[in-house]
Amino acid sequence: MPLRRTLVAALTAACLFPPLAGAAETAKLTVTGASTLAPLVSEIAHRFENANPGVRIDVQTGGSSRGVADVRRGIADIGMVSRVLKPDEDDLTVNIVARDGVGMIVNTANPVDPLSRDQVIGIYTGRITNWSQIGGPDRPITVVNKAEGRSTLDIFLEHVQLKPTDVKAHIVIGDNEQGVKVVAGNPWAIGYVSIGTAEYHAQAGTPVRLMALGPVVATTGNVANGTYGAARPLNLVTAKPPEGVAARFIAYSQSPAVHDLIHDQYFVPAPR
Amino acid sequence: MSIDALRRRRTARVVDAAVWGVPAITVAALAWLLADVVWHGAGQIDLAFLTTAPRSAGRAGGIAPMLVSTAIVVAIAVAVALPLAVGTAVLLVEVLPPSASAGRWIRRSLDILAGMPSIVFGLFGNLVFCTMLGMGFSLLSGGLTLACMVLPILMRAAEESLRGVPDGCRRGALALGMPRHRAITAVILPCGMPGIIDGLTLGVGRAMAETAALVFTSGYVDRMPSALTDSGRTLAVHVFDLSMNVTGGDRWAYATALVLIGLLLVTAGLLSLASRFLQRKGAHKP
Amino acid sequence: MTSISSRRPAERLFVTGLGLCGAAASLTIVAVIGVTTVEATPALSVAGPQAFLTDDGWFPLSGRFGLMPMILGTVLVSLGGLALAGPMGIVSAVFCNHYAPAAVATAYRLLLKALAGIPSVVYGLWGLVTLVPLIAAWAPPGASLLAGILVLALMILPTVAVVADSAIQQLPPALHRGGAALGMRRHTIAFRVVVPAARSGLATALVLALGRALGETMALLMVTGNLVQYPSSLFDPVRTLAANIALEMAYAQDIHRSALFVSGLVLALLVAAALVVAEVLAPDGTRHVD
Repeated sequence: MPLRRTLVAALTAACLFPPLAGAAETAKLTVTGASTLAPLVSEIAHRFENANPGVRIDVQTGGSSRGVADVRRGIADIGMVSRVLKPDEDDLTVNIVARDGVGMIVNTANPVDPLSRDQVIGIYTGRITNWSQIGGPDRPITVVNKAEGRSTLDIFLEHVQLKPTDVKAHIVIGDNEQGVKVVAGNPWAIGYVSIGTAEYHAQAGTPVRLMALGPVVATTGNVANGTYGAARPLNLVTAKPPEGVAARFIAYSQSPAVHDLIHDQYFVPAPR
Repeated sequence: MSIDALRRRRTARVVDAAVWGVPAITVAALAWLLADVVWHGAGQIDLAFLTTAPRSAGRAGGIAPMLVSTAIVVAIAVAVALPLAVGTAVLLVEVLPPSASAGRWIRRSLDILAGMPSIVFGLFGNLVFCTMLGMGFSLLSGGLTLACMVLPILMRAAEESLRGVPDGCRRGALALGMPRHRAITAVILPCGMPGIIDGLTLGVGRAMAETAALVFTSGYVDRMPSALTDSGRTLAVHVFDLSMNVTGGDRWAYATALVLIGLLLVTAGLLSLASRFLQRKGAHKP
Repeated sequence: MTSISSRRPAERLFVTGLGLCGAAASLTIVAVIGVTTVEATPALSVAGPQAFLTDDGWFPLSGRFGLMPMILGTVLVSLGGLALAGPMGIVSAVFCNHYAPAAVATAYRLLLKALAGIPSVVYGLWGLVTLVPLIAAWAPPGASLLAGILVLALMILPTVAVVADSAIQQLPPALHRGGAALGMRRHTIAFRVVVPAARSGLATALVLALGRALGETMALLMVTGNLVQYPSSLFDPVRTLAANIALEMAYAQDIHRSALFVSGLVLALLVAAALVVAEVLAPDGTRHVD
């Protein structure tokens, strides 16, 4: 009887003071933004949830611009942005999590190697239209470009000093994987994609070959040590300087504890 | 044999060949596509794949939460859209006179709805259900958005099916002194059920295959949902993410697509059995 | 038709309920277009509606908003897909009802229904990995109007076939028997009697399929090349309006984002225009078959 009374009392107390009954804290974070970052942040969130019972992190995708907009409107606690922030976005607090290099890819059947920056410019402005013009076989070049607004397009254009209107492309694509598949299926195509993605596919036997955009060899290693310039930051942004669970989650995302997850997504941990 | 008769027989043979040729081409194209999916995906599928949660962004583990999320989202969509669609179809066929302009406008509005791209539904659902109605990223938002999307398919199929119900059925029921609403629910709808179920199969297929509308509404969270207000990733969204955003996710994308197609075949099979059962039960067409 | 008897309360309640269904169903498009219009307004007021029709090229970040090539691209891909899938779907339905042995028909129907539910991205992947390289080997770049038409035809074929099949199945058997009694051959009955009798249902099938075609996004995004240009042959890349939205929405902000909603609005107008054409061309679909 006393036992039962104690139990009832304990249960009542638990109901009245749920925070005392549960683990250290209960919190829910919403993270939205870039589809490039979503798989990585989703995995980081799972690991963070396991280490912090009671915390729940919902990761939603939909693009970098969505990340910025949702954080500003207060719909999301943290936004994922896979590009450099623009001057009119200085109201946001930026935390870089990883970096993603951009390199040229061609099909392995294509013998032309290397390509100079001038040749790349020639190809993308329509001055060079056949591989025979630069020492390859007599085949027309299929130029693969990224869609307007994409951050890899910005990095590429900045690197070759072209305006979006200068580019004469044959195929316009969205995501990296699409770029790899286009070049893998067309021996005479040229495109540019994320270096990590290209390295994975080259290892996995997909017929694509990675080439540098600039003088430094395109490897994730050179992106990591900062010598390879054509790279974009993968950021977590917040409307105000982060506090509480959000701050801890961001710090965790930047810590070595998640480097294996970053490598799993073929990105490069950001230098601290 | 006259030349005329010969010519006629040749025409018959050409037409027959064409009629057999079309399904042959269709089956060949589909077999090609399905073989591709099976070739790349079948190796990953086992019991664990169906019963565990994904790991490593879907490149390990399974798809159990996605199976559950898909079932819930599709169920919500059907539960909302089917009554609306059948009600509208009954209104158009049984209540409004054929020349009524209201009927024409309802039909036109649904036809336009059918042509809106799914990403527009996604942005619409995000704004209306997630934000304005405060449902957030949830299975409920996703289901309601899908309901808007499949409404035209269900309505058009139901309408067409009811139009096909012979007038004899209607007159018979009314001659028995049935009130109109009884005649509709007891006689006309059962007669039209096979066509409604065909439409339902198309609608469920469309709903299960949907990606862009759901990314913005039911969302991306790959946890097992525990409430309708939870966000949950569907199979099609998972396929899309694995094939477009996850490097090295292709095989898993194909495997998930294969499960999705299998699920659809089972659903279509069950629905067609139900349709045949109902047809036999209601086989008193004059 | 008999007039609506709304004397009885149950009857009145029933009809009111149906009216509400109809109202809700037709208000959905009003809401969807309303939201799209609100989102499209900034771009329309900044650039002016005519800019979307007359601007040369689509560079929204540089203030050039020409949608005309994409409108043409959308129309060409959709009509091409429908031109292939329409007849094939109708023949498929005839096949199921008048040619195939029962077991074959059942299996074929099941296959068609399953096909309707394969995600766009799977069609797109197949097109990108299998079909586009085949075309590229023949006429580069491969990603083209033709690839779009072929993939789209495969995608909308089930819609045409399943709805057409329902329509033909529902025709009174007397129609077929009557033809047979007159000594007509099978193909004459099928194409001279059955198909014309089912034309209202067949028109529905084509309209639904055209809707699906105009709005199709992911599969076309992967195979048409997405180049904003007027194609000069089947082998030239094109971009569709729906693909435009999906391709650029992820990184679009402010006016660029708003301009993408204009694409959506133009698409809705295009669907409406297609319906007007269909209503003029197609027979009146409100007759009961008895």
